[in-house]
Amino acid sequence: MNPSNYLYLSAVLFAIGALGVLVRRNAIVVFMCVELMLNACNLAFVSFSRVHGNLDGQVIAFFVMVVAASEVVVGLAIIMTIFRTRRSASVDEANLLKY
Amino acid sequence: MSTFSGALTHAADVAPAAVAASGLFSLTWLLIGFPLAGAAVLLLWGRRSDKWGHWLGVLASAASFVVAVVLFFGMLGQADDSRTVRQHLFDWIAVGTFNVPFDLRLDQLSITFVLLITGVGTLIHIYSVGYMSHDPERRKFFGYLNLFVASMLLLVLADNFLLLYVGWEGVGLASYLLIGFWFVKQSAAVASKKAFIVNRVGDLGLSLAVMLMFITFGSVTFDGVFAQAGSASESSLTWIGLALLLGACGKSAQFPLQSWLLDAMEGPTPVSALIHAATMVTAGVYLIVRSNAIFNAAPTAQTVVVIVGAITLLMGAIIGCAKDDIKKALAGSTMSQIGYMILAAGLGPVGYAFAIFHLVVHGFFKADMFLGAGSVMHAMNDQVGMRRFGTIRSWMIVTWITFGAGYLAILGIPPFAGFYSKDRIIEAAFSRGIVVGLVTVIGAGITAFYMTRLFVMTFHGKKRWTDDVHPHESPSIMVVPMAILAVLSALGGFLLAYNNAIFEWLAPVTGFEEPHLAISSLGMEGISLVVVIAGAALGWFLYDRRPVAEIAPAGNFLTRAARADLYGDAVNEAVFMRPGQYLTRSLVWVDQRVVDGAVNGVAATIGGLSGRARRMQTGFTRSYALSMLGGAALVVAALVLVRL
Amino acid sequence: MTTFPWLSVLVAAPLVGAIVVMLLPKGADKLAKQVGLVLSVLVFALTIVMALRFDAGTAGDFQFGVAYDWIPAFGVKFALGVDGISLVLIALSTSLVPIVLLAGWKDVDGSRGSVRGYIALILTLEAAMVGVFAATDVFLFYVFFEAMLVPVYFLIGRYGGARRSYAAMKFLLYSLFGGLLMLASLIGLYVVSAQITGTGTFDFSTLAGLSIDPTTQRWLFVGFFVAFAIKAPLVPFHTWLPDAAAESTPGTAVLLVGVLDKVGTFGMLRYCLELFPDASRWATPLVIVLAVIGIIYGALVAIGQTDIKRLIAYTSVSHFGFIALGVFVMTSQGQSGSSLYMVNHGFSTAALFLIAGFLISRRGSSLIADFGGVQKVAPILAGTFLVAGLSSLALPGLSSFVSEFLVLVGTFERYTWVGVIATLGIVLAAIYVLLMYQRTMTGPTPDVVREKVFDLSGREVLAIAPLLVVIVALGFYPKPVLDVVNPAVARVMHAVNATDPPPQVAPVAEGTAK
Repeated sequence: MNPSNYLYLSAVLFAIGALGVLVRRNAIVVFMCVELMLNACNLAFVSFSRVHGNLDGQVIAFFVMVVAASEVVVGLAIIMTIFRTRRSASVDEANLLKY
Repeated sequence: MSTFSGALTHAADVAPAAVAASGLFSLTWLLIGFPLAGAAVLLLWGRRSDKWGHWLGVLASAASFVVAVVLFFGMLGQADDSRTVRQHLFDWIAVGTFNVPFDLRLDQLSITFVLLITGVGTLIHIYSVGYMSHDPERRKFFGYLNLFVASMLLLVLADNFLLLYVGWEGVGLASYLLIGFWFVKQSAAVASKKAFIVNRVGDLGLSLAVMLMFITFGSVTFDGVFAQAGSASESSLTWIGLALLLGACGKSAQFPLQSWLLDAMEGPTPVSALIHAATMVTAGVYLIVRSNAIFNAAPTAQTVVVIVGAITLLMGAIIGCAKDDIKKALAGSTMSQIGYMILAAGLGPVGYAFAIFHLVVHGFFKADMFLGAGSVMHAMNDQVGMRRFGTIRSWMIVTWITFGAGYLAILGIPPFAGFYSKDRIIEAAFSRGIVVGLVTVIGAGITAFYMTRLFVMTFHGKKRWTDDVHPHESPSIMVVPMAILAVLSALGGFLLAYNNAIFEWLAPVTGFEEPHLAISSLGMEGISLVVVIAGAALGWFLYDRRPVAEIAPAGNFLTRAARADLYGDAVNEAVFMRPGQYLTRSLVWVDQRVVDGAVNGVAATIGGLSGRARRMQTGFTRSYALSMLGGAALVVAALVLVRL
Repeated sequence: MTTFPWLSVLVAAPLVGAIVVMLLPKGADKLAKQVGLVLSVLVFALTIVMALRFDAGTAGDFQFGVAYDWIPAFGVKFALGVDGISLVLIALSTSLVPIVLLAGWKDVDGSRGSVRGYIALILTLEAAMVGVFAATDVFLFYVFFEAMLVPVYFLIGRYGGARRSYAAMKFLLYSLFGGLLMLASLIGLYVVSAQITGTGTFDFSTLAGLSIDPTTQRWLFVGFFVAFAIKAPLVPFHTWLPDAAAESTPGTAVLLVGVLDKVGTFGMLRYCLELFPDASRWATPLVIVLAVIGIIYGALVAIGQTDIKRLIAYTSVSHFGFIALGVFVMTSQGQSGSSLYMVNHGFSTAALFLIAGFLISRRGSSLIADFGGVQKVAPILAGTFLVAGLSSLALPGLSSFVSEFLVLVGTFERYTWVGVIATLGIVLAAIYVLLMYQRTMTGPTPDVVREKVFDLSGREVLAIAPLLVVIVALGFYPKPVLDVVNPAVARVMHAVNATDPPPQVAPVAEGTAK
C-alpha cells in the first residue's frame, strides 16, 4: 500500500488546523482546529502503523484520543467559564495573563 | 664640678645576663599586682566602693612602693653583676620562632624607675584624696590612677619589647581616661582623644621597631636583641633606632608629636603632675636608654635623637614663655625638660646616666610644682590664668615655699637638685659639640626666664584677682606630699649624685663615661649659672618690677606664635586633619556611588533588560500559538538540516 | 565514649531544638526563648567538653571524625572532623549563640515575624555554622555553606530595619553568586579527582593530597576564592556587609559578621591554600594588595560614617583585610595570627554590635549625631563600649592585639613594606573608635538622650560580661587557642610548601631560649 496519499491528507488537515488556530478568534473554533490537528496526527500514526506492520502507531493514536478527550473536558469547561464571565468567547479578549 | 671627678669609665654595652628570680625577687610581680588589683576592684566594684575607694587606691600604690623599697635593698645586697633578675610568669605568645614570654626584668634601671613611679605616685595619690574630695567620681579617678601605675610599672619591668609595648599603650589608655576625666567638657573629651591618637602615631613607630627587631634578630627579648646588636647591619639598626625614636616622640611629646601635651592639661592637676610631668612622658627616655645597645651602634639614629631633643628643648621653652595658663606654662616646661633628657640620651654612654638622673630629679621638682599649681588653683576657684593671680604668697606661705623649692631646682641654683642634673647634661652636650652645648645653655637661660615669670606672676607682684576669690592654704593632706617633694627637689640631686652614686648604680645597664671638656667643668658651671641668673633677672624685671596687664597684650610675632604652640596644631590641621577629612568623605562617596553604585548598576541593568524582555508576553493567545508553531518549525528545520 | 559522635550531635542538636521551638504553641514566646537559650547553652557546654577531649598534640589532624555514605554515586559523604582551627571556630560559634539570644531577649518582641521563628532560625543557623566548620567532605562543606544563607536571609528580611528587604536580597544575591562559582569549581574538582585517581571523590584529605596541574588549579582556585572573598568580605566585594549589618537586629549582625564572614577567611586558609597550593602562591600578590587596600580603605571609610552600625561594619572590612593578609603571607605567624584573629574579632565585634544595639534601641536612632554624653547617664554601658572599642583598635593587653601583631609580624617577615603600610591601620583604628566614642559618649548630654538612655540591665550585663572577660583573658593568655591552632597551621604551611624566613642575624641560643 502506498501511504503517501494518507500522509498528504494528514499534512493538509494539520495545516488547516494550524491555520485555523492562528486566524480564528472564537475559542470554540480554535478548539476544534486543535482537535483537527490532533486527528491529523492520528491519521499519520495509523498510516505508519500500517506501513510498518505493527500496532505501535495505533496504540499511540488511542493515547492521543484519550488525551484529546480529557482535553475537551477541561478545555470546554474553561471556555464555558470564560464565556459566562465575559459574555464572549473571543480568545483575543481573554488577554489578562500578560506582563 | 670637682666633687664628681672620679675616673669612671664603664664600657657596659651589653647588659649582664639576667638570673632567674628566686627568694626575695620572686615578689617582683607584686609590684604590678597591687595596683592592678586596686584598679580592678575600684572599677568593677562600682559605686559600692565609693566610700573607701580612694584609700584603697592609696594603699595599693603604697604597698607597691614598700615592695619596691624591699627589692631595692635586696638588690643592694647582691653583687654588681647579679643584680639583673628575670621573673618568668608564663608563656605569652609562641608561634613558630616568635616566642614572647611574659617575663619581668628587675635591674638597676628598672628599680630606679619603679621607685620613682611608686614613690611619687603614692605621694600624688595622697594629694589627690584632698584635691578630688569634692568630685563625685573620685573612686573612678583612683581606679584610673592605679591602672596607670600598674601599666607604667609593666612598661619599665617588661623583659621584652612586646610586653613593654603593652605597658606603653596601657599608660596611654590611663592617660586618655584621665585627661578625659571631666568628659562632660567637650574640650577635655577632644584633648583626650587627641592625646591617644597622637600617641598611637608614636606607637606605630614602636610596633615597627619591634617587628624590625624580630626580622633582624629573630627575637624581641632584651637579651636576645642586645646581645646581637653588634652583629646586625648598621642600616637595620638605624631603622630600628629611628622607629624607636618615633615611639619615644609620641609618648614623650617630642617634636614633631608634641602637640598633645599642652592639651592634656585638661585633666585634673594630680594627673598632670604624675602622668604628664613625672612619669609617663619620660617613658620615651626610658625606651632610648634601655635600647642603648642599638643606639650605640647606630650613630645616625643618635644624631637624630639629639636633634629632636634640641628642637623640643627650645620649642617647649619658648612656648612656656608666652603661656598665661599656669598649667600650660608648666607643660611647656615639661616638654623642654624632656627635650634635655632625650638630647642627653642621644649623646650615647656619656649621656644615658645623666638623662636618667635628670629624669628622676625632674620627677621630683616638676611633680612638686604641678602639685603647687594645683594647690593654687584649689585656692583660686579653679582659675588657671596667671594674669589674674599675684601676691598669693601672703595667703599660701607653705605652697610658696614648696613651689619655690621646685622653682630653684629647675633653674639649677646650687644646691638644689636641678643644678646637679642639668649641668651634667650641659657638660655632656658640650663634649658632643659646641652647637649642641650652646642650645642647652640657651635653653637653661630661657627656662630661668619663663619660670621666674611664672613664679612672680603667681606669687608676687600686685593682687589681680577679683573679690569673689578667697585664697587659702590647702589642707594638710595636700600640703604634706608637696612638702616631701619640695625636700626631694632641694636635696635629691645632691644625695643621688653624691660620690657619683646613681651613675655607678646605673652603669652596668647604661654604661657610663665622664664627658671630656675643653674647659674645666667648674668654668662650665659658672657660665651656665651666669646665663640662668641673667634669664631669671630679666623675668623678675619684666614681671615683678613692672605691672602685669590683666588682659594679655597682643604681643609681637614670637609671642603670638608661642601662644599658638608655635603653630603645631595649625600645621597638623592643615597637613593631616583637613586633607584626612576630605579623603574620608570622598572615600565614603566613592564607596557609595562607585563601588556600591557599580553593584546596584549591574542589578538595575539586569532589571531593565528583564523589563524589556517581559514585553514579549502580550497576552494574545494567537501570538503564543504562532511562536509555538514557529518554534516547532525551527526544530524540524534544524533536524532536517542536521540530517542533510 | 570514645566513639561518641560529638560533631554529629553538635550539628543535630540545634536543628532538633529549632523543630521543638516551632512546635510550641503560638503564644509561648517566653517558653520559646527559654528553650532556645537552654539548648544553646547545652550545645556550648558540649563543645567545651569536646574541646577538652581534643588532643592538642595532634591538632593538625582531623579528630572526632565521622563519615557516612550520603550520595554514593558521586562519592559524597556526610563526613565531619575538626582540626585546631575549626575547633576554635566552632567554639566561637556555639559560644556566641547563647550570648546573642540573651542579649537580644527583647529585640524581636512585637516585630513582624514571630519570636518562635526567630529562635528557630538562629538555632538552624547554629547547626549550619557548626557543620560548615566541621565538614571534611568538600561537597558537604558547600551544602552547609549555602544552607547558612537561608536562615540569615529570613533573619534579615523579616526581623530587620527599614531597608531590610533590600539588604536581605543584596546579601542573598552576593552570596549565591559566589556560591555558584564555587559550585562550578567544586564540580571541576570532582572531575579532576576522577581523572587522577580513577574514582571521583569529595573527601578533603584525598583532594588535598592530589597534585593538580597548575593551570587547572588556577581556574578552580578562582571559583573558591571569589566565593570566600565575597563572604569574608574583601574589598571590592564588601558593599553588602554594611547594608546587611545595619539593617539586621544586633544579634543577627553578631552572627553574620562574627561567625558567618569567618567562613570566608576560614575557607581561604583551609580550602584555597590546601587544595590549590600552586594557584595560591600565584594569586598571593593580588590577594595581598586587596587585603592591604581593605585594611586602609575600610578604616578610612569607617571614619567617615555617620551611622554607628555601618561604622562597625566597615571596621570589620578593615579587620578582614588583616585576616586575609595573614593567611596569604604564608608565614606561621601570619596564619596563626589570622586564625586567632578570627576568634578575637568574633568576640570583639560581638561586643561592639550588641552594646551599640542596646544604645540604639534605647535612643531609637543609630545616627552618631543623635547621641552625646551617654557616659554621664549610662556609665556601665559607656565603659563596656569603650572596652569593646579598645579591643577593636587592638589595644595591647586585649585579645585583638596579639592576633593583629602576629599578622603584622608575619607580614613583615616576607613583605616588609606591605607590613609598614598595614601597620598604618592601627592609627586609623584609633581614630575611628575614639571619634565614635567621643561623639556618642562624652560631651554635654542632650535632653533627649538624658530622657531615653538608661544604663544596662542585669540581663544585658550578663550577656556582655563573658565577652569582655574573654577579650581580656585571651589578651594575656592566648596560649590555649594558639596551642591548638599552631599544629593545624603547620599542616597548611606544609601543604603550600612554605617555611618562615630566618632572621637576618642568627639568634644566640642563650639569648632567646629562656
